[in-house]
Amino acid sequence: MAAPMRGMAGSSNTGNTTSFQKKTHSKLVSIPGTRPSVQNGQLLVSSGVSSLDYVIGGGLAVGTLLLVEEDRFDSYSRMLLKYFLAEGVVCGHELFLASARDHPDEIMQELPSPIVDDVAGIKMSEGQSQPSDPENPDTMKIAWRYQNQPRVQTALVSSMRFGHYYDVSKTMEPELQQAAKCHRFYQLQETPVTKGSSPLPSPYQALLKSIQTVIRKEGFDGSTPQSKVRNVLRLGLHSLGSVLWGDDVCCNDNPAHCHALSTFLYALRGLLRSSLSVAIVTVPSHLIQNRAVMGRIIRLSDTAIALESFRGSEKETNPLYKDYHGLLHVHQLPRLNCLSCEVPDTKDLAFKLKRKQFTIERLHLPPDLSETVSRVSKTELAAGCGSTATGNKHLDF
Amino acid sequence: MFPELNSILNATPDGFKSSDFILVSDRRADASFLIHHHLSFYLRAGCKVCFLGLVQSFSHYSAVGQRLGVSLAQAREKGQLVFLEGLKNSIGVVLQEDTSQETQPLSYLRTPGAGLEGLFRFVDRCVRQRGDGDAGESWGPPVLLIDDLSVLLSLGVSVGAILDFTLYCQATVCSELQGNMVILVRCEEDADDDEEGSNLLQRGLVHQCNLALHVEGLPTGYCRDIHGQMSVWWRQGGETIYNQRKIFHFKLHDKGASFFARGTSSAVL
Repeated sequence: MAAPMRGMAGSSNTGNTTSFQKKTHSKLVSIPGTRPSVQNGQLLVSSGVSSLDYVIGGGLAVGTLLLVEEDRFDSYSRMLLKYFLAEGVVCGHELFLASARDHPDEIMQELPSPIVDDVAGIKMSEGQSQPSDPENPDTMKIAWRYQNQPRVQTALVSSMRFGHYYDVSKTMEPELQQAAKCHRFYQLQETPVTKGSSPLPSPYQALLKSIQTVIRKEGFDGSTPQSKVRNVLRLGLHSLGSVLWGDDVCCNDNPAHCHALSTFLYALRGLLRSSLSVAIVTVPSHLIQNRAVMGRIIRLSDTAIALESFRGSEKETNPLYKDYHGLLHVHQLPRLNCLSCEVPDTKDLAFKLKRKQFTIERLHLPPDLSETVSRVSKTELAAGCGSTATGNKHLDF
Repeated sequence: MFPELNSILNATPDGFKSSDFILVSDRRADASFLIHHHLSFYLRAGCKVCFLGLVQSFSHYSAVGQRLGVSLAQAREKGQLVFLEGLKNSIGVVLQEDTSQETQPLSYLRTPGAGLEGLFRFVDRCVRQRGDGDAGESWGPPVLLIDDLSVLLSLGVSVGAILDFTLYCQATVCSELQGNMVILVRCEEDADDDEEGSNLLQRGLVHQCNLALHVEGLPTGYCRDIHGQMSVWWRQGGETIYNQRKIFHFKLHDKGASFFARGTSSAVL
């Protein structure tokens, strides 16, 4: 469904958050790998994980910032970053990757390979999880009051084919990887810029400058003429706020540059709003002692999710969580160009990384009919009245 | 403009209280829908509006404004609305490329410790400039709208400087020019806050204001049909000094919001 055209007389575009102008009558400028949102006509790109797209309202809107709070060992947040970049490679978008710990080339070499010949298999599983169709052949006879309720879907997938699936056990072929244009920023190789009076410390300043240069040079903000085909820039910024970025917000209770990260995110969002780009930023929030800083950072981004993995914690052996690898918390969803945002059904979400899919499912309690429940009470009763009656242990008057 | 909110606050575009300082705050929720309400309300009332949009772009407000029935682009062209594009112009100031006169209001990005004097001069210039549109159209009393004063705390400005700025603005806009002021402040979740926090800012502003609207989530937990609760605190108004508080639940729709008393949501009844 095409986004509704808002025909305003001037050159200002009210439909998108970017300054790029849509032509109303002639060809609609469509960028591969994007689609308009059904709620408010925003241009969306896939994050690489289809269940995450569903959870955050259809996909990542172009011009917004997704904040991912890392899990303790940075395994799943790094996986999300790789999915995001791999999706960019497959859709033909340009990439910008910045990291301070591992070289961007290493991250690029670890990208999962896309599954291109599994369309039939995926469509089968999608067909099964469709919501109930109007003419249901099996009408309910006993629980007929629930006839009109929607069918419960635990696996959150969207029915439209948007986004791809990846095989985590294989890495992407080098030819496919080289075909994508990727700008790299490795903090340890950058020479520090010693400008005295800047509000940002040097690594963030250099990163911001580099992002702005790429956006201007490649024309994502509409500065170059329309001869080039429009494309989207995907920015992946790994582990911002960690010590390797020259920031001490993770190690001190009262850091010297407590506003560096928030100023950086503010300026980055300003850049994103005026260009065709999407950014994913991962922050090691479990290291930040000051809760107020985390609250500020969440409010400065558009979408914010947090990953909590069970590995190494006592939840790993909890039978409730035995099918999952961790919990996913959605802290903030954006309201872009509209009053209301997509209100999620439930806030209890858990994720599981399978070989071919990163699934996010609704966490629900299983029915309490396990064998162990009654067995425990039997032994307790037996212990309580074991000395007196030897016959019927379950009858205790 | 939300008609139900107008009846709660006893205000219509034709008759509303002047010299009013309205504080909109939230805790773990998003109160920006009240800013959209006030923006469309005062534009409909024909006031000259000075809007400091520090967290969103102009196209966002104008898209929502269209759903609420006002056209921000037209208002800007006619001179009724002056919009400070804080977010998009910030990158130039932070990277120190743009040192022209135009970015003087954003000088707090360059030197956060210096205070908000540049921003106040911009506001002062804007609200005093009335009635010089074409055909001698003169607008009503000036209105200052600030979307998200607490983002300045994230950028390094101190609480004292922000409170000074609001005092100056209140003296100019409310007392001198008989206009109104609506400010949005977003608070932290914890009650045990740090000294230089947004809670301190919110408490200071509540003391200065006439009407405080506070939005937060439901105390009983997350609900799909009720998006939150809003408490209205009438602090003082003119001759009568009364202190009255009421709590309402609300639900946001595509084109508006509905407010109802606690327990009367359509999902429950």
